[in-house]
Amino acid sequence: MSEHAVEHSQPRPHPHVPLVQLDTLWFQVAGTICNIECTHCFISCSPRNHSHEMMSLADVEARLAEARGLGVREYYFTGGEPFMNRDMLPILEATLKQGPATVLTNGMLLRKEVCRRLRDLFDASEYSLDLRVSLDGFDEESHDAIRGAGVWQRVMLGLQNLAEVGLNPVITVTTAAEGVETSAGRTRFLDLIRGFGFDKPRLKVLALFRIGAEETRTRAYEDWERLTQDELTDSEASVLQCSSCRMATSKGVFVCPILIEEPEARMGETLAETLRAFPLKYGACHTCWVDGVTCTT
Amino acid sequence: MHDVTRIGFIGGVYSNYHALVATLEAFQRRNVDQLYFLGDLGAFGPHPNRVPELLIQRNIPGIQGNYEESLSSGATDCHCGYTDPRDNHYAQISYDYTFANTADRHKEWMGTLPRELRFVAGGRRFLLVHGSPRKINEFLWRSTSPEPFLERLFTEHEADVIVCTHTGLHWHKALASDRHVINAGVIGRPANDGQTNVWATIVEVGEGVNVEFVPIHYDHRRLAEEMRGEKLPDEFVETVLTGWWTTCLEILPPKERAAGRY
Repeated sequence: MSEHAVEHSQPRPHPHVPLVQLDTLWFQVAGTICNIECTHCFISCSPRNHSHEMMSLADVEARLAEARGLGVREYYFTGGEPFMNRDMLPILEATLKQGPATVLTNGMLLRKEVCRRLRDLFDASEYSLDLRVSLDGFDEESHDAIRGAGVWQRVMLGLQNLAEVGLNPVITVTTAAEGVETSAGRTRFLDLIRGFGFDKPRLKVLALFRIGAEETRTRAYEDWERLTQDELTDSEASVLQCSSCRMATSKGVFVCPILIEEPEARMGETLAETLRAFPLKYGACHTCWVDGVTCTT
Repeated sequence: MHDVTRIGFIGGVYSNYHALVATLEAFQRRNVDQLYFLGDLGAFGPHPNRVPELLIQRNIPGIQGNYEESLSSGATDCHCGYTDPRDNHYAQISYDYTFANTADRHKEWMGTLPRELRFVAGGRRFLLVHGSPRKINEFLWRSTSPEPFLERLFTEHEADVIVCTHTGLHWHKALASDRHVINAGVIGRPANDGQTNVWATIVEVGEGVNVEFVPIHYDHRRLAEEMRGEKLPDEFVETVLTGWWTTCLEILPPKERAAGRY
């Protein structure tokens, strides 16, 4: 699809990333609605934030049908908290008939019955079902300082229920957890995950984006934190996830999972309308490029 | 009526010379008409000159894997495509050993290998690649390669049968359109199934496409001894002796990961 790359003769202040291939389709399946209110959330999700609404099974199926024709490889579900969406399990069932699926969850709603049904879905599909559970610290105190009082304990119950049915999630931790990026920090965190009952511990460290609530917790992007180089080469661009993904929400299709509160990042109503280049003009784009961020597992 | 052509495919060899010899014997016994290697001749195992020597001597055709691309261009790592630090740690040990012990003449030869091969058999367009048709180090796992995605690869790359390796796990999928993806697996290390044999692939092409994965038994204890002699990591030796992967596991999708011990 590189023919969609923008051709231009005038130098531009920001590079454009072509859509090299649409491999990954994200769903903002729970909108911006969450049962907690993390102090670093880049889209400020909360029980009251209805900026993006929940997506219905029919909403998701419409995009899945379109994705099938476009040869999409994998599907990711996020929010807000995906398991607040009452259609989440039927949505996963429909998705897993078509390709692999990953759900990003805070782990608080992983009740025994939900975990049993996830295990059934895992076994029934020829494609992989993956779960990512967020933790934000090495201990209850630091975690709850970011995610709210009592959250750690509920996540522990959720993880226990996952372990009981033999599902092995990726634990994601942001760099807000001090030292997790170092080799020693990783080792310590992997030991922590083993302690939760997972003998094949999986860990992914996530960068923070200085937008949404994180602007208040630390600081906003400064003006210099923008990409200003000329057009990226195709191989450079292919490192950026926006060269291979799109994000479907209740409001339409956006360039990536991060920029859903930027009106100009809404590229169309359908996937077909979004198969074109995008200007990397946001502070978050700087983070993705400089830190080599990818939201996929 | 088509004649039947029998084609043997050798996935990643990872310096497992003993398994290569056993594979070539098995192909001969099975009257294979043609055979190809699919890249990643080095890594993991000992004495990385033995495999290229044998392939050159027997004049066996094949393609570059990411290892051949890296070794021939003097790269400092294997470009295996791992993303987790633990995977990369062990990948670097393999690469540094292989780079230091591969003769320059073999590195040069690796640089002359094509990145892909195409031919027609049974009226079908075969495309041989290391990872995927679009990227030498892309992993085509069974559980993360859905049909719509595979159909797109066939269309964009003008093929009816894609043969690849790189993941270490063999699988075959016939699509509704009668196009076939065949991951030939590897003969370099076991398939993370608790068995010490490795796997090669024979494809019979006539009116249809018949794929057979052939278990290759070889002297794995001798390989383990040689690996110890070269001071390769105990974790690698354990894999050879037990059939369970101990390293480069984080890249596995959940379905494939769940099937292994670690």
